[in-house]
This record gives sequence, C-alpha cells and structure tokens, in this order.
Amino acid sequence: MAKNDLIGGSLWEQYSQKVAERMNNPRYFGELTEEDAKRLNGKLVIANEGAESCGDTVRLYWIVGNDDEVIKAAAFKSFGCGTAIASTDMMAEMCIGKTVAEATKITNLDVERALRDTEDIAAVPPQKMHCSVMAYEVIKRAAAIYRNVDISTLEEKDIVCECARVTLQTVEDAIRINDLTTVEEITDYTKAGAFCKSCIEPGGHEKRKYYLVDILARVRAEMLREQNPDQEEGDDFASLSVVKKIRAIEKVLDDNVRPVLARDGGGIELDDLECEDAGICVVSVQYMGACKGCAGSVAGTLSFVQQTLQEKLSPFIEVKVA
Amino acid sequence: MERIFLDNNATTLVDPSVRDAMEPFYCQMYGNPNSLHSFGIEVRPYLHRAMELLYAGIGADDEDDIIINSCATEGNNTVIMGMYFSLLKETRKKSIVTTKLEHPSIREACRFLEKQGVKVTWLSPNADGLITAQMVREVISDTTALVSVMWANNETGQILPIEEIGHVCRERGVYFHTDAVQVIGKIPVDVSAFPVDFLTFSAHKFHGPKGVGGLYMRKGVSLPPLLHGGEQMGGHRAGTVDVPGFIGMARAMELAVENLDHEQNHVRKLRDKLEDALLEIKDVLVVGDRAMRTPNTVYVSIRGVEGEALIWDLNQAGIAASTGSACASESLEASPILTAIGADKDLAHTGVRFSLSRFTTAEEINYTIDVVKKAVIRLRSMSTSY
Repeated sequence: MAKNDLIGGSLWEQYSQKVAERMNNPRYFGELTEEDAKRLNGKLVIANEGAESCGDTVRLYWIVGNDDEVIKAAAFKSFGCGTAIASTDMMAEMCIGKTVAEATKITNLDVERALRDTEDIAAVPPQKMHCSVMAYEVIKRAAAIYRNVDISTLEEKDIVCECARVTLQTVEDAIRINDLTTVEEITDYTKAGAFCKSCIEPGGHEKRKYYLVDILARVRAEMLREQNPDQEEGDDFASLSVVKKIRAIEKVLDDNVRPVLARDGGGIELDDLECEDAGICVVSVQYMGACKGCAGSVAGTLSFVQQTLQEKLSPFIEVKVA
Repeated sequence: MERIFLDNNATTLVDPSVRDAMEPFYCQMYGNPNSLHSFGIEVRPYLHRAMELLYAGIGADDEDDIIINSCATEGNNTVIMGMYFSLLKETRKKSIVTTKLEHPSIREACRFLEKQGVKVTWLSPNADGLITAQMVREVISDTTALVSVMWANNETGQILPIEEIGHVCRERGVYFHTDAVQVIGKIPVDVSAFPVDFLTFSAHKFHGPKGVGGLYMRKGVSLPPLLHGGEQMGGHRAGTVDVPGFIGMARAMELAVENLDHEQNHVRKLRDKLEDALLEIKDVLVVGDRAMRTPNTVYVSIRGVEGEALIWDLNQAGIAASTGSACASESLEASPILTAIGADKDLAHTGVRFSLSRFTTAEEINYTIDVVKKAVIRLRSMSTSY
C-alpha cells in the first residue's frame, strides 16, 4: 500500500491510447474466405479459441502462402472486452508478413508490448493480461491446424481450468514467461481459477487433477533450480525410492525436528508416507510425549515440521497427523 | 459533449436543493454540535429538524434509533460486527443467514466472521433471481442470530419479499437486517409496516452527498458501536457528525419521499421505454419482471455483445452505464445473477445495467436507445457468435 494504491486503479484509465484506438477502430476485424485464399495463392486457416461462457472468444483467420508459409493476410472476430479486441487486432497485425513458424513465437507479452504508448508503462492493467494470452493461444491453435496436427491432440492437452479451458502448458508458460509468484497472478494472466475456483486448491466444489497452488510451487522450484544448477536442493527427493524417501525424512526429523521437540519433552514418529502422481508427498506423523494431546501441537508444531521438511527435502511435502 | 448518466444505482448527482440546504453549515454555522457555546448551540435545531425528516422518511417511531454514519457500508459492518460481539461470540447463537446477492460490505463482513468461526448460510437466488421467505424459513435454526437480506438488488433492481422475510424472522425470534440502499426514493419505505430490526442506507444513492448514511435500529434492539470514543449518536457511533452531510441527507430524504410518485410514473415510463427498445433487439434478455423491480433499473443481456465492450462504446458516446461482466470487474467472476437465473452460459458476460434517476429526460433516453442499437450492430459485426 502506498499513496497511489489508496484511491485504487481505474480499469479504463490504465488502458494505453493504442488499446483505446484499436478498440474503437480495429483494423483487422472481419473474415477471410476461400476466395481470398485463392486470390492470394495461399491456404485459409481458421482457428477458434475461448468460450463465450468464459467471457471472451476469438476466431483467427490466416491466409498462408502456398510457396513460402508466409502469412499473407490475417483477420479476426472476437467476443470480448476492449482489451481483448485490441490485443487480437494487434496480434493479427503482427502475424502478417511472418512465416507460421515465426508467428508461433509471438507471445502475449509481445502483443502487450506492442500496444504500449511508452516503453515502461503496461498497455493494460494486470487483470486484463489474460486478453493478450488468448491472442497468443489462438496463434498456436492456428499453427496446429495449418500443420495439420491432429486437433484431438490439442483437445487432449492437460486442462487445468475447465471453465476457462486453460492447459497445464499455458499455466506453466505463464508462470515462467512472466515470472509469476502468486496464484492471483496466474489467474490474471491465464484466467485459470477465475470462475468456479475449483482448480486453485483442493477443497473446491469439484475435484481436479491439477491445482494451481501445486503447479506454482513445482514450477517455481524448477525455475529456482535452473537458476542455481549447482545447488543441491531436495529436488531429487521425488525421484528417490520409497525406502530412501523414508530415510531422508527420518534424517531430517533426527537432525532438525526431534532435538527441538525434545526441549519441551515431546517427540515425533513417522507413521506413513504417500506420494501421489502429481508429485505431492503426504507425510503422516504421530506425536509422542508432551506433544501428544497438546492443542498447540496440531497447528504450531505441524507447520514447523512441514516447513522444515519442505526446506530440507521438497516443497511438495505435506505433513498431517496420523 | 453532453453526457448522460444512467448509472444512478452506483451514485447520483446531488440535488441542487440539497446542496443549498448544506451550504450554510460550511462557513457560517460550522460549530461542533457538541460544544457548549453559541456556535454549537445554533446548529442543534437544524439537526433535530433533519432527524425529524429522516424518521418521517422511513416511518421510524420516535423510540427507534437512526444512527447517522458515513455510508451503508459502515452501517452494514456495524450490524454484522455488532452481532458478532453481542451474540455470536459468546452465546449459543452461532450463525448468520444471508444471500449471495448482497453488497460486498455484507458479503465480506460475513466472510470475515466465517474466519472467526461463525457459520454463515449463503442463500442462492431462485430461477427468478429472488430470495423467498420460504427459503429463509428453511434455513433458520435455533442458533441463528441474524438474517440479512437486501431490499432490492443493485444489479437488476429486483425487489425482494422483505416483509414476508421480516415476519419469518420475527416468528423465529431472529434479528432481521435489510440493506435498503437501492430502494430509498424508489419505492415507499415504512419500517413501521413490518418487522425489521436494522435497515441501512446511503445518502448518495438518493441525490444526497457522498460520505453520509444511516442505520435504523428498532426500539429495544442494541448493538455495540463500531466506532468508540464519544457520546455522539447516543453512544452508538462516536465521532463528530458530518453536519452538512447530515442536513443534506435529510433534505435528500424529504425530496425522495416527495418524488415517489414522479419516480413511479415519469422515471418508470422512461425506463420502460428504454426497456421496450432494448427488447426490440434480437436475442436479448431482461432480468426480472418489470413490475417487480425498482422503477429506475433495467438489466439487460445482449447475446454476442460482451458487457464491458458495450459500456465502452456507450462511454465513447457520452453515456454512463455499468456492467457486472466478469471482464470489467477485478474479480473476473461471471455475473452471479445471470448464473442464478440459469441464463444460458454464453450470456454470463453480457449483462449491462441502465439505472435512471428523476433527472433523466426523454431526450436522453431517445439518444441512448439510438446509441445502444448502433453499438450492438458494431459489436455483433465483430463478434464470433454473430
């Protein structure tokens, strides 16, 4: 919180002039037809992304040159707010003149940057970033269609957020490319978690295969490792055999946990270990001695044990009382 | 460019006569009404008179209390937090019943109490977008301390069956609060006509100034104050009262009551005219029976036209309306009301609200109809679904 945050941001005030202009007069909205394709000696590609029920959709039309794979013309249709329309318009413009391979390298950040009035001021507020993400997603889809990669391979991608149809890859990319550190940011960038919220963390109204909190923790850990390749983190914990995992946990308990608990006459024993496919390991423990039956042990000690194990071994360890 | 304000459920212009009533209390009669000297004393008759107007405006009994505060958000928080400290925290009363339609000041205050261990029952509106007395009856239990249901919904203008809900609460011996922010000056408000224990309102929703509001508390009902530190408002709310604001709110209340007929006839006619014109557009849904809504509000969903995009186009033409569309709100959530009434999922992001006032003119509505139609054509021409 600071002076500028107290009045709070106005959504539209944070749009760049370029966004406003393209909303008012988009240059590439419309449709392209087979006739256009013939005229331009190219192939017509039509790709759809998003769903109206999620707040925005975009349809991208390309005409890709038969000889050189260069995108000769692009057009779009969109159901969405001003930033969705402006981002898509800019994206369509950026595709033109590029080969399909080059176009697929355009990211949402490139689109957003192109919409800026000045280099260091974002073109749209954070909660509107997802609009540019969609512009980037639809390029990928168009490329897949053009390359005749089976559409079903696209559909079968791991979907993290069903409401907004956000894939695991999209979430991971968004975290990496934009250096996201919170679930709220993931939601702003990808829309994952914006609707029914089931995919944010376990306990929502629907059980999900992936949760944003877990993906975030894993990707952040991977990023950290990539930055410090020499560091011997607990990263290989996941690849250990069960016996070795148990040994590693026991060692941390011996070295870092039991001595602390012993000071208050308490102790702790490992009861069970369950590791799920998603990489989460649930460590069940039993309290001994003074910790047993002590109300404080459930909250305070448990979080101490979990933190220590996470620090020493893996961020994906959860501790519960057996 | 002449601008047109059709966002009167968000705030309203201060009636010039309200401003005139407030004016003397800035530079002439600026005394603190709690002071002993003449500067303080000279203000006091005006405050008594203002109180009379407010009591008359909502039909309060002399034995009831109307606490002058800063806004309905404060009033709502006073009720919810007061319930926590007076009942929920220490007695066998452990729960609150409210609805998913409420203003954030009720919603977030209740969520905060959930974290303190209070059980909150969140009623979902039925397929008509309404909460019924029967729904309330079914969830009240012996541990329920309070039921809080808004009188009219800010988004759709739909009027909820507050009287019946009040009777259910009275029968079950449960306190009943209603957020009346959207009804003052739009429909008659008479707290003597049915059981309601707490009622909250904000002056700026009925052509009064921003930053002043009221909390009605029925005789015999008491709550600990939210603000401590003074004897103002009989100890219910510490802090020197905003004298000009209070005077302005009272004048605004007087005008609100005087203009009820105008609201029911003139404003309703203009609203209906706009609504009829909107309904002429193909694939349009208006939420709620118009007879059962506040006379100034129409909430429309236009297929293929995203809400924020539409209000963007309206704004370009100088017209202010608002949208509950996910895209425009920070939360990105789909409109709860459209979800509740079971509208087609594709409509969840298309809701736009027009809210008129007694200052809205026929010319403004004609112009608005024209602009909306053009905007719909433009946005549908761009839309993937049209």
